Amino acid sequence: MENLQYVIDALSLGSLYALFALGVAVVFSIMRLINFAHGELLMVGGFSLLFLSGLPVALRIGLSAVIVVVAALVMERIAFRPVRGARDETLLVTSFAVSYLLQSLAIVIVGSSPRSVGILPQLSKQVHLGTLSVPLLDLVSIAVTAVCLVGLTLFLTRTSLGIQMRAAAENFRMARCLGVPANRVIALAFGISGLLAFVGSLLLTSRTGLVSTGMGTGPVFAAFVATILGGMGSMVGAVLGGYILGSLTVAFQAFLPLEVRSYRDAMVFGVLVLVLVFRPDGIIQPASQKQRV
Amino acid sequence: MLEVRDLHVSYGSIAAVKGLSLTVSPGEVVALVGANGAGKSSTLAAIAGVVAPASGSVELDGVALGGRTPEWIARQGISLVPEGRDVFASLTVAENLHLGTIARADRDSAAEATDRLLARFPVLDRYRDTPAGKLSGGEQQQLAIARALLSAPGILLLDEPSLGLAPKMVDLVFEVVAELREEGVGVLLVEQNALRAVAVADRSYVLRRGELVLAGTREELSQDGQLADLYLS
Ligand SMILES: Nc1ncnc2c1ncn2[C@@H]1O[C@H](COP(=O)(O)OP(=O)(O)OP(=O)(O)O)[C@@H](O)[C@H]1O
Ligand SMILES: [Mg+2]
Repeated sequence: MENLQYVIDALSLGSLYALFALGVAVVFSIMRLINFAHGELLMVGGFSLLFLSGLPVALRIGLSAVIVVVAALVMERIAFRPVRGARDETLLVTSFAVSYLLQSLAIVIVGSSPRSVGILPQLSKQVHLGTLSVPLLDLVSIAVTAVCLVGLTLFLTRTSLGIQMRAAAENFRMARCLGVPANRVIALAFGISGLLAFVGSLLLTSRTGLVSTGMGTGPVFAAFVATILGGMGSMVGAVLGGYILGSLTVAFQAFLPLEVRSYRDAMVFGVLVLVLVFRPDGIIQPASQKQRV
Repeated sequence: MLEVRDLHVSYGSIAAVKGLSLTVSPGEVVALVGANGAGKSSTLAAIAGVVAPASGSVELDGVALGGRTPEWIARQGISLVPEGRDVFASLTVAENLHLGTIARADRDSAAEATDRLLARFPVLDRYRDTPAGKLSGGEQQQLAIARALLSAPGILLLDEPSLGLAPKMVDLVFEVVAELREEGVGVLLVEQNALRAVAVADRSYVLRRGELVLAGTREELSQDGQLADLYLS
């Protein structure tokens, strides 16, 4: 029974990491851009939930989602479209700059101290499964993430836009030669990434009860690690990487002797390095790394 | 009519195409031949909007294509089958074909057109749900051609469609080219297999190191023997 507890912990944390990683991977697969400012989308989500706390909950969540998606689209239009097709280093520096700029701006506006926020307090209830009692939030996190993954999969495989996105991810130039509009698929990738960022921030703030200007930094770092682990450029890899990262974290936390437990994160990275030694491109290698944009 | 005037294409300091002019009319097969590095693919890339020409103009029915995006040009009815095919390996044959219909002016007839092409290329029908990366080279070439045709192009740009194909497949490719001529499609055919391309084409252009060295109708080229000289020298 205790083992089931660990499985649920791992799945629940892994779900969060998978959402973060997938948000980063969707954009990377199309643009070869590692968007560190994805974390600031989480922040925008958190603060939207905070500032809209007077509204009925469904409206509050819906409106916050719209705000984050719009923020993602604006970010693409203003910050990343001008450097589209530039060298990888340029993209990387730009994304760092955007992340830093947004965080600094947020500190000016709302201050740097964390604020507490309550969303759906019902989720903190414990659910009894046999002798086991687990937070409802964990189960909801797992379920919501599963719905997102299934929904995205259906979108990517069953709709024309989804097929166009996958084509663009594999060979952007050829997709354009067939009439796939570059602006539209890139905006779509950012929109999806914004939606995933919002779901991630919703689950994260439900878990921590806090929003802060720096709240996206940890998640985006986890996303970065998960995408590298899973294979840069592969969305399936990013999800897999997220769940592996979550499982490793929970496993080390649970089974390491107490005196070395504080080195948990170092050991997680050790495993990452070990994986990369044997599979330098990550677990899943994308079909093609042809020229983008 | 596709009209290329005084086209120059450069990659940094490398001048790949130097002042090429050519036309392709509806229902006309035009061959563009030349040795490796002559600038054939660069010419097609410039027409399709994939590379920006250093100078010169490309027009389709009087509409300038210069400075337009590849997707815009595709929607004007110019379809490219690039060198190396570029099928989407991780997408199924059916998905690849679907992408061919994106640029169609008339989307309603897409399903019907797809069925017709599947009848023309039965092997694609058989592998509909197979990832394109699993197909053989010849099958991928058929897929690339079928995909390009699904946009119902006015002008088809074919870059070395017979490269690496078995003789029977090469015959099929040239058969399709002849059919397209009957349907009124203009075909710009790039080939290393120059003699065969020139024999099929209504007119041909010969490039050497980016410059036009010979041009003429099939009759003209077969008479004056220059083509043979060019290829023997
Ligand atoms: N992306 C590129 N960057 C730099 N140089 C290029 C690029 N593409 C082509 N070139 C150069 O431009 C010249 C013309 O190349 P192009 O591919 O157009 O020739 P081609 O006639 O198609 O040759 P092939 O028969 O080998 O396909 C060559 O010297 C080639 O090296
Ligand atoms: Mg070539």
